[in-house]
Amino acid sequence: MSSETLEDRYQTVGSPLLEDPKMRIRSVDVSYANNQAIFDVNLDIGKNQVISMIGPSGCGKSTFLRCLNRMNDTIDICKVTGQILLDDEDIYSKNLDVVELRARVGMVFQKPNPFPKSIYENVAYGARIHGLTDNKVQLDELVEGSLIKCGLWKEVQDRLEEPATGLSGGQQQRLCIARAIAVNPEVILMDEPCSALDPIATATVEELISELSENFTIAIVTHSMQQAARVSQRTAYFHLGKLIEVNDTSQVFTNPEHALTEEYITGRIG
Amino acid sequence: MNDDVKIGGHISRQFDLELDEIRSRVLTMGGLVEAQLEKALVALRDGHSEAVADVASTDDKVNQLEMEIDEECTQILARRHPAAGDLRLIIATSKSVRDLERIGDEAQRVASMVGHALDNDIKAKYYKGLLSLGEHVKELLHSTLDTYARMETRSAVKNIRMDKSIDDEYGRVIIKLVDRMKSDPDNVSDALDVMWAARSLERIGDHCINICENVIYLVEGRDVRHTEFEEIKEQLSQ
Repeated sequence: MSSETLEDRYQTVGSPLLEDPKMRIRSVDVSYANNQAIFDVNLDIGKNQVISMIGPSGCGKSTFLRCLNRMNDTIDICKVTGQILLDDEDIYSKNLDVVELRARVGMVFQKPNPFPKSIYENVAYGARIHGLTDNKVQLDELVEGSLIKCGLWKEVQDRLEEPATGLSGGQQQRLCIARAIAVNPEVILMDEPCSALDPIATATVEELISELSENFTIAIVTHSMQQAARVSQRTAYFHLGKLIEVNDTSQVFTNPEHALTEEYITGRIG
Repeated sequence: MNDDVKIGGHISRQFDLELDEIRSRVLTMGGLVEAQLEKALVALRDGHSEAVADVASTDDKVNQLEMEIDEECTQILARRHPAAGDLRLIIATSKSVRDLERIGDEAQRVASMVGHALDNDIKAKYYKGLLSLGEHVKELLHSTLDTYARMETRSAVKNIRMDKSIDDEYGRVIIKLVDRMKSDPDNVSDALDVMWAARSLERIGDHCINICENVIYLVEGRDVRHTEFEEIKEQLSQ
């Protein structure tokens, strides 16, 4: 659907566009069969920044996130139009290898989903299928490095061969993040990564997100506005499939530009 | 109240009630402080020493309200995690109650002048200027409390301008008192007492302006502290 056919045109307020971004999203519409879920979204995602997507349930923020590494391709009735560029490369180009794209744009899901394999194999798996290492020593180093970056190494170094499913929820989620970064992605998408975790595990993962943002670009969907406020530099507010406002997080939570953003973050709409 | 400022309308009605309660208690506190200043000025004018105790006992209530409102603000910060306009309301309110409490303290200082046995000549010559300053400060305080109640930036700006003329008036009182001290060194302490009272009134004006700046922050999200008057006007007209 082209943006011109929309009955209710709108303009995103704030600063949705950036100079020299990591990803450029232009005029993106998403529909599930005849139901349009995302309307004419234009947004840039900055390099080595954390951007949070917030909004009421059903506003389209997860649908939008899943467009960024073509996870929506797996849904037959889902149609995405518009343009999404990763470093000026159209990720919806027919010539693009989707498996390679998902290595460059990794994803961490709401519930920790380790493979039913050992801790070591969980991290090593991606590197193996993408052929990132030449020998066992290199693979060991990659696994260790990824677990160190996720702050999990000290906790698991003596039990790398044990099943990953034996870890606590917070450890499993950090393992999933280690698995995502083991293939050296450029962007990490996180879909409510802490919603199944307790406050301590949440704090650990949030700390990890801040540390990872030095080397990775991170886009996170969260229901927790406090989490968005804590971890991100920019915040995007979605409402009924429209991108209403994008601004620096510090501004969104103290003085949002759009009345709908204000109503959502002050708990007047849910 | 300014329609652009929303206190209610939260999904949590309890949160609405809590914010309403805080706002209403600030207005109560403002009313008490205003009465303190009024009584202090009447005491000064008429020399009624019993009013001094009255101002002091009101100060106890003002102090108590300051602590209670602060506690309510702390509870809201801890339990509600307010954001945007709600956050600014809590921040602005928490700062404003501190200013109101200090206005009460300054009013008490003015009232305490009544107990001082001042030289009659000094009283005759300088109380008029002091009381005139007091009346203007009282007017500013009244307008400031209205500004908070209505959450209006236009009247906040008007009050900031009013404080400038109060500062000028204070300057004139001080010049006269300094001249008096030079010409009558034997009565320096009496002239100093009047000077301290004038200083307290001028400080009340400053606290009023802090409250007005808090209201501008609350309504507009702009921090206009330490900003020239003309620049504030320009910022708010944008």
